[in-house]
This record gives sequence, structure tokens and C-alpha cells, in this order.
Amino acid sequence: MAKKKGKHFYDYSLLFCVIFLTAFGLVMIYSASSYTAQLMYDDASYFMMRQLKIAGAGLLGALLISKINYHIYERVAVFGYLLSYVLMIAVSLFGRRVNGKRRWLGVGSLSFQPTELVKITLIIALALVITKMDSQINSLRGSGLVIVMTLPIAGIVAANNLSSGIIIVGIAFIMLFVACKIKWPFFVCGAAGVGVFATAGPLAIFLEKINLLQPYQLERIHVWLNPEAYPQDGGFQVLQGLYAIGSGGLVGKGLGESIQKMGFVPEAQNDMIFSIICEELGLFGAASIILVFLFLLYRLMLIAENAPDLFGALLVVGVMGHIAIQVILNIAVVTNTIPNTGITLPFISYGGTSVLFFMIEIGMALGVSNQIRLEK
Amino acid sequence: MEHNRTRHRKNITVLSIVLCLCMVGLIGRLVYLMMFCSLHYSRMAEDLHERERTIKAARGNIIDATGQKIASNRSVCTISVIYNQIEDRETVIAALCEELGMEESAVRKRVEKRSSREIIRTNVDKETGDRIRARKLPGVKVDEDYKRYYPYGSLASRVLGFTGGDNQGIVGLEVMYEQILKGIDGKILTMTDAAGVEIENAAEDRVEPVAGRDLIISLDINIQKYCEQAAYETMERKGAKGVSILVMNPKNGEMLAMVSVPEFDCNDPFALNTEAPAGISAAGMQELLNQMWRNPAINDTYEPGSTFKIITAAAGLEAGVVTPEDTFSCPGYRIVEDRRIRCHKVGGHGTETFLEGAMNSCNPVFIDVGQRLGIENYVRYFDQFGLRQKTGIDLPGEASTIMHKKENMGLVELATVSFGQSFQITPIQLITTAVSVINGGDRITPHFAVKTVSADGNSVSEFSWPVQKGIVSEKTSATMRMILEHVVSEGSGNKAAIEGYRIGGKTATSEKLPRSLKKYISSFIGFAPADDPQIIALITIDEPQGIYYGGTIAAPVIADIFRNILPYLRIGESGNKG
Repeated sequence: MAKKKGKHFYDYSLLFCVIFLTAFGLVMIYSASSYTAQLMYDDASYFMMRQLKIAGAGLLGALLISKINYHIYERVAVFGYLLSYVLMIAVSLFGRRVNGKRRWLGVGSLSFQPTELVKITLIIALALVITKMDSQINSLRGSGLVIVMTLPIAGIVAANNLSSGIIIVGIAFIMLFVACKIKWPFFVCGAAGVGVFATAGPLAIFLEKINLLQPYQLERIHVWLNPEAYPQDGGFQVLQGLYAIGSGGLVGKGLGESIQKMGFVPEAQNDMIFSIICEELGLFGAASIILVFLFLLYRLMLIAENAPDLFGALLVVGVMGHIAIQVILNIAVVTNTIPNTGITLPFISYGGTSVLFFMIEIGMALGVSNQIRLEK
Repeated sequence: MEHNRTRHRKNITVLSIVLCLCMVGLIGRLVYLMMFCSLHYSRMAEDLHERERTIKAARGNIIDATGQKIASNRSVCTISVIYNQIEDRETVIAALCEELGMEESAVRKRVEKRSSREIIRTNVDKETGDRIRARKLPGVKVDEDYKRYYPYGSLASRVLGFTGGDNQGIVGLEVMYEQILKGIDGKILTMTDAAGVEIENAAEDRVEPVAGRDLIISLDINIQKYCEQAAYETMERKGAKGVSILVMNPKNGEMLAMVSVPEFDCNDPFALNTEAPAGISAAGMQELLNQMWRNPAINDTYEPGSTFKIITAAAGLEAGVVTPEDTFSCPGYRIVEDRRIRCHKVGGHGTETFLEGAMNSCNPVFIDVGQRLGIENYVRYFDQFGLRQKTGIDLPGEASTIMHKKENMGLVELATVSFGQSFQITPIQLITTAVSVINGGDRITPHFAVKTVSADGNSVSEFSWPVQKGIVSEKTSATMRMILEHVVSEGSGNKAAIEGYRIGGKTATSEKLPRSLKKYISSFIGFAPADDPQIIALITIDEPQGIYYGGTIAAPVIADIFRNILPYLRIGESGNKG
């Protein structure tokens, strides 16, 4: 029916934007990890090659997914939502421990972090529920359902991976914001968030006094507020990141010239890769990357606004929210704007699961864009 | 439906604007960090990355009056290992044991120690270092640096001293002029990764070392060599324990030679210059080494004996209590209070003038002069001549004079002091005081250092040494020169006479304590030309065997030295050749 009425849109700008970010990420992974990879694996391109394979596969997957009519997701939404519960419970019980946290599920070398899957299934499930409720979403019951759907799974995730839990809540928050007519609760939440952020120091001490905050969490707040006072303990990673960023200056040291990647910034190719970008490419390079991400969000915004129906729009809003939250939180952590927590920089940080599921999400967004009919 | 769509569109736009603002805020944060905090963080980062290695500054040369380097530098190597870079520990251990001749266990301990850099051995010959480098063992570093080298070996060893493992001065001029000679070490700042491994091709900050300044000294190696030879010859011939010879310019106090045989090898200062007793303990060995490194002319005191009569005579003349023509009588002894003090000539010298008494080195004559001065005056002159102070020579460890306190001095003590007994001074003190008596009354500061020159030769700074004028009057000084010339030309010092030169001098034979051992120090102090002294020399022979009279065994040595060095120094002949 649709095919006859007009030409189908396909957002190549989004596609190439993602390809550019991924390729840039590969270059930066090589730059950030070659020194340690050479020492650890005797192969300077070890991390880069692994990421290249997964990113390549992910991109192919995204292209395939983008050709699927996204309405099919409505049928798997419930199954996916339940599956994510199963996987999260499984990983909490049987997951492979890395650094004391059970985050990985799998057999042998084939393993992944189910939290990434949770994000996608939740986006689909919430989009479906909100669409089905239509204007009932504005009622307390409607919004309540969304919250009830989100919080348990977010809680399970947060138990082992606080930052992912926050991201999941954030995604739900954004989707609900777009769906709801009433705006004040969202702005109250936002204002409260800013308030907590601004008064973090005294507030943390107060919360610790009344035993709401563990001492180690309080220390984390202190480290965040003044990392130079804790150069050996918690402040080490943050401080090394700041050294890298500060050494970059306006134009950076040049690609490959980072010193901080030589073992100072721990696992420079992962969460802290943005600090190496800053050191090597300077303020210009770092700001350019943020602008590329802004362009990516702009394309997603256009797709969301022009999506054929609310379900498609909410899917894209979920993807957009997910990417935006991770970019913002990652850069905020690296620049010590917020307390340190492990969040990857989408498409750029090393990490198979992360890049694979981002690719799938981009595939979904492209799929939505593919259903947009251009006017004659 | 269409209504919903519009609302959603609006919401999405609002959302995008909020997200966009967040990102712009982060860019602002980056601007703050990378523009305004850049210097702060990059400096902290650099501190973290830089490793400092010192480059040793070349130690300044010590150059003698003729321009010869008598203390210089030689390239040596420091062998070290870097734990993380060693590939085959056993090969490295075996190779280092073989090349360095070290115990395997000692090498193994260092090679297997987990440290960023472990020094195996310093001051390795350059050839050995080159051989180790040629083996190309990963993790073994051969760094060149400088080691002190003394081209003349043992020459003037007690003057020069030597340097320790870090090239720091230990004794002698080396320690006295440490600050001038040592220079300022340079630095290489290299970048390292978190494990401390130096990053190749990283920009190096280099602070160049400043080489130490050269020290030009007044010592003349030709005179030093001749004196050393004469001293060794005398020591062997007389079976003496040691012989010291000092040669000085009496005009300004420049030391031309300072010999104390047996000398030691400056290049191997930890080897004894005498046979080590079998089974000696480490502490005993160290004690022997310390003894060997002493400079007896400066660090040790002795009873000067008759050479001190110069001072008594000068004090008597200066005070006007005696003239050369005054007559004395010597029955072979003099009774002071209840003590009978003998003259060396048992039968006595009979009636003699003061000049003749000096020529005969007659003890009763000088006892009389001392008694005429009295304790009060004698002690005043003793102080005025500077005998209680140190001479201020530029060598470490100068010993102080050991003298009676005025309140403890009786006439007997005065009598013995008058002819040079019962108190102790250093040879350098004796020669310095004698100089002020004969050079017109200037107490000069004996010294070696003349000037320092920077390594590039562009900056020269000269030393100035204090001179205290008016120790004795010019008249007294002239009289003393006349008396001492007579001592050599006709008196007890006649074996120091040289055809064609006017020589002045005084002999001495001091009995060492305790007197019962019958051990002696024979000495002679001589200067030339007698009317205008340009050179003065003092020889002390410690414990000679057989004949021990200074006039017989010490004076000829100075004559021999003068015969050779006066023409060398172009010091004028007297003109009244026979």
C-alpha cells in the first residue's frame, strides 16, 4: 500500500554520520591502545582489529535491520521485555565476574553484557505501551504503568551496573517526556536534579550522616569535587584523564602523540577514550566530535518528528535518548563534571557489546526513516 | 491523532534543544579545561612523565705552574641493568661476571632485583665498557662518565689527594677546592610511560652540565719531581721512616713543591704504600690508609729543634736585647734554676759572639737570649710571629701549635723553647714563620692555588692571599739574613753551601719523644739568595739511622736541590764566583 503512494526515504546522512564516528573510533582506539596492546599482546592493533570485526558485523546488521518494517517489533516487544528479565536474572546468578561485578553472560569467547539488550527491549516495550495507551498516558495510571515497567528492570541492572541503571531510567524519562502532555513533573525532576548536582558536597555529607549514603560513596563524591587531593586512590583515573585533557590545549599534541595513553590513563581505549581524543586532537578535535554527535541527534530528531506513526517516533526518541545520555554522561565523567562512573562513548569507545547494540539501534532508526514517504 | 502528532513533534524539539544545551555546556567545560587549566594540567602531567638522569659534569683539571695537567679526567663506564628489559637473565649474569670479574652471587642479586635501574658497577674501564656494549645484551646499559685520573701517579699525592666513587674530593686539594672543581651536573629529562620505560623518540629536555673550573696551582712538577727523587734517595740511604721537603717562594707564599715520601698512588689510593701486616683487620687497614693519606708537613707537629733558633734570634734582635757582636760564653751547659741544660758540644764553645753562637748553633747562647727576653716578652713575640695561629695553607687538616700556656711557663720551659724544644709546631708553620723573619717582616699565607679558569678558558679568577706586614723590622730581617748566611758559609750549615750562590740556612736535630728511644728528626731550612731570598726550602728526615745530625745529612740534600733548581728558576748567582 505504502510503496505505491511515493518514494521511500532513507536517511543516508545518519548512516554516514555513524560510519564516520565508527571509523574515527577505530582510529582513536588504535591510537589509544596500540602502546599497551603491543606490551600486553605483542600486537599493536589487537584492540582495533577486534573492534573492527564487531563494528563491521554490527554495521551489516544495522543495514539489514533498517530494511525490516519496524512494526514487526510490536509482535516481539512482550517477548523481548520478558527475555530481558530472564537474562538479567541469569546474569545476576550465573554471570561471569569481571572486577567483582557479574556483567557478562555467555559461553567461552562468545559473551555479551545483557544490560545493552535490556535497553533496546525496554525502548521497544515502552514505545508499544505508550502507543497503545494513546492519550491515557497523560493520566496517573498511564504514566504509572510506564514507571512500573521500568523501575524493576532498572533496579536489577543497577544492582551490578549503576550507570546502566541510570541510563535505563533516563531513557524511560525521555520517552515519557515526549509522550506526555503535562510537562511540570519533568521540569521539577530536572530542577531537582540540577539542585542535587549543585549542592552535591554538603548534601552527600548530610546523607552520609543519616546513613543513607555508604562511606565509600561519600568518598567518591569527595574525589569528584577535588580529585587532586586523592591522587593515589579514587582520584587516579579522573586525574589522569584531566592531565590528558589539559595537555591537549587548543590544537592537541597530534594524532598518536598522547603520553597519557602509555599506561597512565587506565584502559585508555574504553571509557576514558575521550580524554585521549582531547590530548591528541585538542579542543578543536574534541569539540568537532561533540558537533558530529549533535548532528547525529539532529538527524534522529528529524526522523522522530517525521515518523509515520507514534510507535516509530517513540522508537527513534528512545534511541536518540540513549545515545544522547551516554555521550553526555561519558564526556561529563571524563571532564570530571559528574562523579566517576563507567559509561562508554557511543561508537567510539572500545567494547563489542556496546558498539553492536548501538548499531542495532541505528538500524532500527534507519528502519523508521525508511518508512517515511516523501511528498511529491 | 493529528493533534497528538503535533504535540509530540513539539516535545521532540524541546527535548533536542535540552540535549543540545547539555552538549554545548560540555563544550564550555572543555574550553575551560583545555584553555584555562591547560598549563596547570600539562605541567602536572609532565612532572609525572619526566624522568631525570644526571649527566656528570667533568671535574676541573689541576694544572701546575708549568701548565701540565697533574689531575685530569678519564672516560669510564657505569654498568647497570634494567630489570624489565632483560631477556635472558642467565646470559647477562654470566657475561657480567666474566667481563667485570665479579662474584656470581653479587651480580645475580642485582640482576634479579626488581628495580627500574640497578647499577652493577661504576668506574669500569672504557675498554671493558666497550666490550660489554659490543655484546648487545638487552637490558644492560653502559653509560660513560668521568673518573679522576692522575697522569703522574704518586707525584704530590699528599698535596693533590684523590677523589671517591662519586668523583668527590676526599683529601688534599681535591677536597679543599671541591666547590670549584666539581662543576654542576647536567640533567637529561626523558619521558617515560607509566611503567617507567623511557619512550623512544620523545622530546628530551637536556640541561647541559657545567664543567668544573680548572685550578692552576703554584706547584712546579719539575721541582716536585726532583725533590721527590732527592727525598726517596735520602730515605733509602738513611733508612729513614719518611722524608718531607717543602719548597716555597718567600716573596708571596706560593708553594713550589711539597714532598712527603713515601708517597701513595693517587690512581689507587686504597693500596698501601708499605707492606700490609699479615692478617690485618679492616679497621686496622683503614687506620693505616688514614695514616698514609696524611700530609706530615701540615697534619703532624714536631719539635723543631735548632731551626727554631731563627725565631729566638729574631725576637732578641727585634727587642734589642742582643746584637750580633754581643759576647757569650759556653761551658758546654747552662744551669737554669735547678736544671743543667747541655749544649750539643760537650766541651763547650768557650767565648763567642752572638753571630758565632748562631753559627755554632750553641744552646747556652740562645738560652741566654731567651732569659734576657723573659717569659712575658718571649710569649708576646711567639704570638706576634703568628706561631699560635694556623698558617692558613689551602690544604685540609692543618694541625695547631702545641705550646706551653704562659702561666705554666717557668724559666726552664723558656730555656728549652729558646732552642726549639718542649713544644711542637708543623713544618709548614716553621717555614712560614722563618719566611717572615727573612723577607723583611711579611707573614705570607702559604698556598698552592693561584687562579681558576673556566673550562672554556674565558673566565679567569685569581686568588688573593692575605699578607700580614711588620712581623719584624727590615733591619732585624737584614741582620737575620746575614747571620743565617754565615751559618751556611762558615757555620754548622756549611754542607748546604753551593759554589757561586749566597745561601742562608739553619740546621736542626730534634730528639723525638720519649727521649730514651734515641730517635731523631734531622732537618735543615735553607734559602737563596741570602741577601734577597727568592726561594726557601725545608727538609725534615724522620728517624734516620746512623748519623743523624741535620747539618750532616739534611743540609747537603737542600744544597743538591738548590744546585739544580736555582738555575732552573733563573735565580741569580752571587757573582763573586771563585
